[in-house]
Amino acid sequence: MKSYALFLGCTIPARQLNYEISARKALKALGIDLVDLDGMSCCAPPPIESVAVDASLAVSAYNICLAEEAGLDLLTICSGCFQSLARTNELLKRNSQLRKRVNQILSKIGKEFKGSIEVKHYLKVLHDEVGVEEVRRNVTKQLKNIKAAPFYGCHLLRPSELLKFDDPEKPRILDDLIEALGAKSIDYLDKLKCCGGLLRGYDDDLALELARDKVMKASKAGADCIVTVCPFCFINLDLGQIQIARKYNENYSLPIVHYPELLCLAMGVEAKELSPRSHRVKIDKLLEKMV
Amino acid sequence: MIRVSADFAKEVKKRLGGETITNCYQCGTCTSSCPVARVTNRFNPRKLIVQSLRGKRDDVLTGEMIWLCCSCFNCQERCPQRVEIADLIYALRNIAISEGNVPNIYSEFVSALYSEGKLVKVAGFTEKQRENFGLPPLKKPDVEAIRAILAETSFGEVLKVLEGKE
Ligand code: SF4
Ligand code: SF4
Repeated sequence: MKSYALFLGCTIPARQLNYEISARKALKALGIDLVDLDGMSCCAPPPIESVAVDASLAVSAYNICLAEEAGLDLLTICSGCFQSLARTNELLKRNSQLRKRVNQILSKIGKEFKGSIEVKHYLKVLHDEVGVEEVRRNVTKQLKNIKAAPFYGCHLLRPSELLKFDDPEKPRILDDLIEALGAKSIDYLDKLKCCGGLLRGYDDDLALELARDKVMKASKAGADCIVTVCPFCFINLDLGQIQIARKYNENYSLPIVHYPELLCLAMGVEAKELSPRSHRVKIDKLLEKMV
Repeated sequence: MIRVSADFAKEVKKRLGGETITNCYQCGTCTSSCPVARVTNRFNPRKLIVQSLRGKRDDVLTGEMIWLCCSCFNCQERCPQRVEIADLIYALRNIAISEGNVPNIYSEFVSALYSEGKLVKVAGFTEKQRENFGLPPLKKPDVEAIRAILAETSFGEVLKVLEGKE
């Protein structure tokens, strides 16, 4: 069993227990051990990079130091955390000048970035380490009737040169993992286009317009659900649909599910164990189709 | 040819994230890859860059354009000149914020990180629910350590700017 230090981040434990519960259950069942370390903070994502890039790098590096001290690779559930931490990790490994600058800051609290660990997103771990075949072997309830629209979001894939997750223009990892559950991974227009989630709080209307475009196109392609891996995509597409109904008078009622929720259901976990109330768009329709 | 007004371009180039700005040859690949530019003409990354290169410092730093990027990195992935556009926009935001041009949502992020060591607070109710779902208790960040780090970066200056505004 391989152990990872878990980086939980800010949004998931505050807003999306459905994601945390399902990810922990699924990874455990597939032989991945997660260690909760003391002191993990915020990954210092785009909102903090926008305020001060140097602060973002230093806070991000601080979290990496905690995993280095524990001798564990870092595993993230949130794609935003993945991008911040993996990017910092790569940049500091490559750029000795930048590393010196950040280490000078960290020295004030007795920390040093050493560059001794990897930062991974759990989807990559499922795909490359557990393996698609092993995932398939653990499925007890084939999701045969389900047409799922995979949504990679942005921060898993780009900038690909630093993140090295998958082909940024033609990714397969999420599609493969969906098909391993017996579901059909469908194509839809603008599959890789951003959901606009990060505009929330600055320009909600614009964020909603981008979300609407995604939901509309997945809906038109006949999707039973959109499969997400990022809590911000989830909020913008799930809560977003309630707001779209109000603003545009359009009712899509398209369930948004995080990949591990689907995985747990396919492994026979009962929906009520997965905090279904974290969803604003009811997932009942989807569950009915699974029996 | 773009007439580069050296002062502002130099200023941006010196910033973390801004280093690649002068590589831009205005092909427009960024704008045609941009999901925001597709739905509104209020935003255009190519234009934002040319304004910056031409030294329109005030327009860039006080306008709304720099805040309309949703950091999707599509442009950065595709730019033939390896301009790090999303990073460059962070650099422009850093300058704007250091000069007191801080949209409300960003002051909220600043105070959340400084006071909690996290960006989103976990409600008591949600924390209690963890047990019912078999989740381990939530570990806490070391807020003192985070503050000590922030004080050593330009975040410390931003805190002063925000205090001054109140
Ligand atoms: S794609 Fe690159 S070179 Fe072309 S306009 Fe945009 S930043 Fe400039
Ligand atoms: S990173 Fe910003 S500028 Fe670039 S494509 Fe995305 S939204 Fe547009």
